[in-house]
Amino acid sequence: MSTTSAAPPAPLPIRSRRWFARRGSRVAPLKYLGLLLVAIVVLMPVYVLLVTSFKTLTEIDAAHAWSLPSSWTLDAWRQAWDELSPNMANSFKLAIPATLISVVLGSLNGFVLSKWRFPGADVVFTFLLFGMFIPYQAVMIPLTQLFDDANVPTGIPRLVFAHVVYGIPITALIFRNYYATIPDDLLEAARMDRAGMFRTYWSIILPLSAPAFVVAAIWQFTSIWNDFLFAVFLITDPVSWPVTVALNNTTGSLVTPFNLQMAAALLASLPTLLVYILLGRYFMRGLMAGALKG
Amino acid sequence: MAEIVVNELSKRYANGFEAVKGLSLEIAEGELLVLVGPSGCGKTTALRMIAGLEDITSGDLYIGGRRMNDVPEKDRDIAMVFQNYALYPHMTVAQNIGFSLKLSKRPRREVRERVRETARLLAIDSLLDRRPKQLSGGQRQRVAMGRAVVREPQVFLMDEPLSNLDAKLRVQMRGEIESLQKRLGVTTVYVTHDQVEAMTMGDRVAVLRDGLLQQVDTPTNVYDRPANLFVAGFIGSPPMNLAQAQVEQDGDGLAVALGPTKVRVPRELAAARGLATWAGKSVIVGIRPEDLHERRNGRSEGALRAEIERVEALGATLLGYFSVDVEPPPTGSAVAVVTGETLADAPLVGSTGGTMFCATFEPRTALRPGASVETTFDVERLHFFDPDTEAAVWAE
Repeated sequence: MSTTSAAPPAPLPIRSRRWFARRGSRVAPLKYLGLLLVAIVVLMPVYVLLVTSFKTLTEIDAAHAWSLPSSWTLDAWRQAWDELSPNMANSFKLAIPATLISVVLGSLNGFVLSKWRFPGADVVFTFLLFGMFIPYQAVMIPLTQLFDDANVPTGIPRLVFAHVVYGIPITALIFRNYYATIPDDLLEAARMDRAGMFRTYWSIILPLSAPAFVVAAIWQFTSIWNDFLFAVFLITDPVSWPVTVALNNTTGSLVTPFNLQMAAALLASLPTLLVYILLGRYFMRGLMAGALKG
Repeated sequence: MAEIVVNELSKRYANGFEAVKGLSLEIAEGELLVLVGPSGCGKTTALRMIAGLEDITSGDLYIGGRRMNDVPEKDRDIAMVFQNYALYPHMTVAQNIGFSLKLSKRPRREVRERVRETARLLAIDSLLDRRPKQLSGGQRQRVAMGRAVVREPQVFLMDEPLSNLDAKLRVQMRGEIESLQKRLGVTTVYVTHDQVEAMTMGDRVAVLRDGLLQQVDTPTNVYDRPANLFVAGFIGSPPMNLAQAQVEQDGDGLAVALGPTKVRVPRELAAARGLATWAGKSVIVGIRPEDLHERRNGRSEGALRAEIERVEALGATLLGYFSVDVEPPPTGSAVAVVTGETLADAPLVGSTGGTMFCATFEPRTALRPGASVETTFDVERLHFFDPDTEAAVWAE
């Protein structure tokens, strides 16, 4: 059927469950065993991370890295929270606005690069993509210089600005590819209904963009949250450090408080973990929808 | 309501491809004109130029007396129905229909009222709260129509609106669209590749080929007096039988030699067709399948003897295909191109090397492949075409 009413991409059928069953019952246990081994290898460091975070400092040594804590304690977690919570707040103040601004920009860019094209749209898009391959290191000094010259307020605003700019290529790409799957007929129908550019975007394109927004938002949120380099050279005042920089500074100069570090690392990664767990399904769905049709 | 005048309209793309070449048409107020032709003939491009979705390379477009070339599509007061319906998937039926009214800032009460009225007209008033995903193909088609109707535009443009429906629904919607258009009296341009739709719906039919207008006339005239070989082969199903023949001097009159068969041409007919100048020359002769009958007693003149190769029983008629010992139209002629493309199962060349002809027989006769038949035709019903220009031969 070729009805083109551009429904948002339907969830893809999941066929993995049957996939094992079909291979005959004798092979299946071996496969599960293999997968289990791989899973264990992957989860080993996470296990050490977890158990160490519940130990006291005195109990930590290489010989007992694998054993469970003799007495479980939340001291390290408490201390990590005390030390990192202001920086966690900074990270939210950074990641949320930067994510929102960059996905909105990405959506607008994707729209004019795919559905409301202007002369030279493809050239502009190619140049935008180049931006993805510029390493942070290459722009460290010029970027700082530029911010100083332009009197951009120091602290988190600079970081937001930098991440928004660096996010333009990837978000434009995600939205452009997603919009390419929306049939042109729909936009022409809107034109015949006398909708202009902004009305078409607002009433037709935006309501259909949810999958792309989820994909772009997860991508941007995690990469901004996890960024270390921009934060470390753009922010000089420790009060404004995001959690990644603060995490790095939990390393003691003489003794390394492993339990604190482990707890802090876990704490710092919780938000991204949550985003993946809550929105991950949509993430895959959105990526696949673009991949299959594009 | 307005008339549309299209004058020498052309479309040339950046790569040099000319989709529409100097199209001129006058579409009267309230008329339904069908643009028909094989795929790639430029009919959709022409429609899109009228709509404003495609720039006009050269020529003029007037709607209601106003030159529209540089008027943006939203100011042309045109509504369009798309082949794929192009319904907004996130809106309900009511929102889909009312979208254009909402954009033109009509009061909410009026929008609701007009949407309701339109829905009633199209018998979809029970579906107003559904989304396109929850509708059948026919219902979606009606919503697409509703979106055009609600605007009360000057012009309807329809781009193959029925091609996604199954055959039965298509016949039903064909009638409904036609009567709706008559009731509303809105000037309509309707694009289709389906010659049955063209014949049944159009007040007039415009046949296009390779961006060139071949003929514009009423369906009956296009059928009975095709302007050239292409139109003759394209309009009508099964297509017209075509073969090369000789016009000969026969005593003081003329005769047409069709292979071994020779038919005398009555004086009035020869005069009407201007055949006198063709004496001694070869022409292409066309006979519609329904004008070719099984020979009854008497009249042996113009009998074509043949062996039936294939039979299609359609219920009301019975089509028999057979190979006749006559020359087919030259390969490369328009008709060879068309029939080869649209009716692959009815080749021009028969299995014995002659030309494949089709004739209608009495239904429910025991016609079988292998049966020997004699078919005759009425000379009056013959069509003559110039083999060089492919134009129909008529007296000046």
